[in-house]
Amino acid sequence: MANAQTAEAMRLVDYRNGEIKQVPTRNGFGEGLIEAGTRDENVLGICADLSESTRFEGFKKAHPAQYIEIGVSEQMLVAMAGGLASVGKIPWIASYAMFNPGRSWEQVRTIMALNETNVKIAGAHAGVSVGPDGATHQAIEDIAIMRVIPHMTVVVPCDSVQTKKATLALSAAWGPAYLRFGREKSAVITTDETPFQIGVAQIFREGSDVAIVACGILVYNALLAADRLAREDGIECRVVNNHTVKPMDEAAIVDAAQSCGTVVTVEEHQKHAGMGSRVAEILAQRHPAPIEMVGVEDTFGQSGDPVELIEFYGMGVDAIVAAARRAHKRKG
Amino acid sequence: MQSPSPAALTELKLKANDIRQGIIRSLLAAGSGHSAGPLDMSDVFTALYGCLMRHDPKNPEWPERDRLLLSCGHIAPVRYSAMANFGYFPVEELLTLRKFGTRLQGHPERVRLPAVETTSGPLGEGLAQGVGMALGAKMDGKDFHVWVVTSDAEHQCGLHWEAVMTGAKFKLDNLTAVVDRNFIQIDGSTEDVMPLEPLADKYRSFNWAVFECDGNDIAEFIETAQRAARFKGKPHVIIANTVPGKGVSYMEGDYTWHGKPPNAAQADEALRELAAERERILANG
Repeated sequence: MANAQTAEAMRLVDYRNGEIKQVPTRNGFGEGLIEAGTRDENVLGICADLSESTRFEGFKKAHPAQYIEIGVSEQMLVAMAGGLASVGKIPWIASYAMFNPGRSWEQVRTIMALNETNVKIAGAHAGVSVGPDGATHQAIEDIAIMRVIPHMTVVVPCDSVQTKKATLALSAAWGPAYLRFGREKSAVITTDETPFQIGVAQIFREGSDVAIVACGILVYNALLAADRLAREDGIECRVVNNHTVKPMDEAAIVDAAQSCGTVVTVEEHQKHAGMGSRVAEILAQRHPAPIEMVGVEDTFGQSGDPVELIEFYGMGVDAIVAAARRAHKRKG
Repeated sequence: MQSPSPAALTELKLKANDIRQGIIRSLLAAGSGHSAGPLDMSDVFTALYGCLMRHDPKNPEWPERDRLLLSCGHIAPVRYSAMANFGYFPVEELLTLRKFGTRLQGHPERVRLPAVETTSGPLGEGLAQGVGMALGAKMDGKDFHVWVVTSDAEHQCGLHWEAVMTGAKFKLDNLTAVVDRNFIQIDGSTEDVMPLEPLADKYRSFNWAVFECDGNDIAEFIETAQRAARFKGKPHVIIANTVPGKGVSYMEGDYTWHGKPPNAAQADEALRELAAERERILANG
């Protein structure tokens, strides 16, 4: 029996017929943090000179006494937060994912994880969808370097509404954690009524021919691809919103492979060592099945329009459709 | 904080001697580890645990305790020996240093031994955590003090200076950094490998209150730390000038003892010297 919450219970937006709102996932973080800071005054926001773009500004206004600025120093961000956590604070530290945890990885490993401190990282501007800033600012390795660390929780929510819920859930759950989100506006597919629980994958669409396991803003592309596959090929896909990369909902992954016989993974990240790789690790050990992966193929990004970059690096709807067709064929 | 009486000072000197003997015994048992730094910081740790800090060995997680962070985790043997000799755990446990299953890991781990306050070993990270603790204390109106012991060579790390800058920004006068200024690191003299001087001026220019003393003179260190504690409005640094390997003649001043333990014969000789020193302290105070 799978852990995953089922499609009927999801109360998703009517994304096929209604008008889809476009909101950056980072806005959900900003809103969630204000509420977390109201619920618990030990929740802190620590900022490394990116208050507007990480959406700290509202928190700063609402909870000035809980807000700390330390300038451009991401290693300091982690280490100082470790000290604050050890005297009872719940620090959220935010920067671009490329710099934190990108620059601060050893401090994350030693001070947050090995030392077991209650520090939360908000990794903003993740993925190639950062767009014009170019490859230096496009974190597409961060899931890999975080999911390998013991004790770490890694969450990649699918839209702004879910990012808010994840921010609140992680604030209330003890332990080191990494929340990954993006810069650009992206489709809002969940509602306030959509459940969210760390570590419990969600079935957003039922189907038994191919399972598409996705995380982050590409969950929407996975849903669009599934509809097209049904229309054009008669292939019915189960779409799983696999928002918690660690600890991953293994039962939901195994159930998806058992029910559909093949799996496509979708993430805005290197194919190497990301969410899809974890899916492959689980299935190789528990229920081997053909897997196709959608993600960045061992290369760096570049400047461009976000949608254009998602397409160019093979993560658009077309690429997911093609991967699902290959996966379906491989079932034999 | 009172200055110690002559009798109390003699007791502290004997403690420092016990701590040095514990270091030698634990390093010999471990068969690996660092010798010079632990020996030269024995007097500072004696002053901290024996006089300067508010702490309770029987209640190591007392919320009001002063925090002592060892940033340079590789000199853990002096911290462990000091903790054992001040009643945190039995002295015999020192012989488990670096062995499988021990609480006394090669580099300190808070999860295994909470009283070490944090996990350290990767250099340059302790002061940054101390800044967080001191700021947290100020936010909550707590009056505990945060002490961070650092090596001189870890001042070559960028993160350390991020912490220095941040400590000054928040005027953390509840924070004292102690620099083990022994001028040695693994590859030689700090001034050859990557010069740190003028170290005191660096701290002054970062808006810290700077104090210097002989880090192997317990009375002088205590007097300096007490003077520092009265200074308000800035974080404090005490540059403690020490002799690497202090207390064991053949190690003193020799950088090659930075990262290795004594063998059995060397340990015997070291313990003989320390026993003789103990007799001198008992005779002369």
